[in-house]
Amino acid sequence: MPGMSDAELREMTQEERVNALGMTTEQLTGKSLYIEFDPDAQERFAYPWAPDVDFNKRTEVDASDLTNTEVNSRVRDLMAEGYGTIVLQNPRGKHSLAVGILSRLNLIIEGSTGYFGVGLIDGPNVRINGRVGWSCAENMMSGTVVVEKNAGSTFGAAIRGGDLVCKGSVGSRTGIDMKGGTIIVGGDTGALSGFMMQRGRMVVCGNAGKNLGDSMYDGTIYVGGEIRSLGVDAVTADLTKLDREWLTRKLTQYGLMPGNGVDHFTKIVAGKQLWNYDNLEPNEKKLIL
Amino acid sequence: MCGIAGIIHKGHRANVGAEMTSMLQALKHRGPDSTGYAVYGDPVEGAYVMRLKIAEAEDMELGRSIHDRLEERIEAVDAILASHGAEVNVKERVRPYALRYVLNHDGDTGDMAEHIEETEGVEILSLGNGLELIKDLGDAGSVAEAYGLGDFEGTHGIGHTRMATESDVDIKSAHPYWAFPYNDVSVVHNGQITNYWIMRREMERKGHRFMSDCDSELLAVYTAHHLANGVPLEESLRRSIDEIDGVFTYLVCTRDQLGMAKDTMAAKPLVLYESDDLIAMASEEVAIRTIFPEEIDTHDPYDEEVRVWQA
Repeated sequence: MPGMSDAELREMTQEERVNALGMTTEQLTGKSLYIEFDPDAQERFAYPWAPDVDFNKRTEVDASDLTNTEVNSRVRDLMAEGYGTIVLQNPRGKHSLAVGILSRLNLIIEGSTGYFGVGLIDGPNVRINGRVGWSCAENMMSGTVVVEKNAGSTFGAAIRGGDLVCKGSVGSRTGIDMKGGTIIVGGDTGALSGFMMQRGRMVVCGNAGKNLGDSMYDGTIYVGGEIRSLGVDAVTADLTKLDREWLTRKLTQYGLMPGNGVDHFTKIVAGKQLWNYDNLEPNEKKLIL
Repeated sequence: MCGIAGIIHKGHRANVGAEMTSMLQALKHRGPDSTGYAVYGDPVEGAYVMRLKIAEAEDMELGRSIHDRLEERIEAVDAILASHGAEVNVKERVRPYALRYVLNHDGDTGDMAEHIEETEGVEILSLGNGLELIKDLGDAGSVAEAYGLGDFEGTHGIGHTRMATESDVDIKSAHPYWAFPYNDVSVVHNGQITNYWIMRREMERKGHRFMSDCDSELLAVYTAHHLANGVPLEESLRRSIDEIDGVFTYLVCTRDQLGMAKDTMAAKPLVLYESDDLIAMASEEVAIRTIFPEEIDTHDPYDEEVRVWQA
């Protein structure tokens, strides 16, 4: 490494080595996180094939008699025609609605969706005026998804970026394997939330079920209510001024700021006793070890 | 994967047959192998409805000889009923291999049921004052049509669409399971029970019988064991979470109750809709939406959650 000898690296703690190598333990990735810290960078992340949509051009799709594939095709066709605001009526719990949207779009879903709704998205702003089933927004890369009612299990599984918000309560394994982004739950969350979480932040305004943050590698979980139990290698940490400011900003943004503020939130992080946290490529590891 | 669904109306009757059919048809993609219903009409003391199968559906392909054997089995059942003093009011051969009896009986129904099942090829699917248990190969629409379920009026019911993973595609492995010999108790299950053989041997030592190798049957036997020993349904459901290993969500119906239990991992789905008039539940919300097209509030029960509702 430039300006640093192997001997010097060997003298350092693991955390110092990682920092010296420019590898922070919380590498914020995902488009929306870049946007959050660098608004000017937004343009760089548009896919070349993304349709040029106009948010003022609005239309509706009635999903009553359409299959989920037909609904998704209709949404894509409308985006290709330049529609930037699409209202989806009568989704009636259908699965896999509005998946794979990789560009800007204002999507309003008037009702509830089934499994895997708005999965694999990168960019759209989605409001769901209903409930969502299991695995909502799985693998989301960026954008915002706001669910007005409750959500099923594995809410935000493996998301990498963006803001995923449920104003009601969610099922179990929320944010399992999340690798970035922000999940906010207005109510309670079930067991094993944050299981194997790697990066990003999760906020639960209500209570959390058992084994919270089990085997988490990194990232941060904030809980406003009671925690039934912490999982393996999940530990509490001090709530800093930065945490309070960030929580206040995010919860206010989505109308979920508790009346009694955020001082009572518990912060959970990885104890980092379970895994190898070198986070280095093999050739880099050779230099250090 | 399998799909389960249930509905219970509070204090009134409704077309439970049509409601269950529509929910189960929407869950066909979770299990196309077989479909089953346990629906509950008005219970009548002393009058029993008995559903039984005298062969598997695939046995009907064995040729002419099977038909002669089926006639012999029916005669044997009738003789046993008579020997126990049962008065048969209705006898319907709904399918070549499935019969429905309505009978009066004031003796030990458990003893009578055991006697009937000594007949080769005969399995009682259900026996009770209000329960009608129907299960067969195919999807919900075809089973409902074959058994005339479309206009069944009742208070509550549960159902199942099966994807066979642990045992054969046949009627004996289809759900629901009747909690033999406990009247009016039925069970549907989505999941896998990992201490099945340990628990099965324990139940067999206590004198319970198993008709299939399907792990879900254990839940029916387990429930029957507790209810027969005076354990309330809710307590039985709670004990099962500690004593039965695996991933499961299951529903139990009694004459006037519907209960649910979810394992410690909450690995199997269930969506609940509760209103003042009724409670509906299914593996997926899309099933509930077939009877409530308008916007409704639903939620997922959590791990280790047990609920019991009264009709």
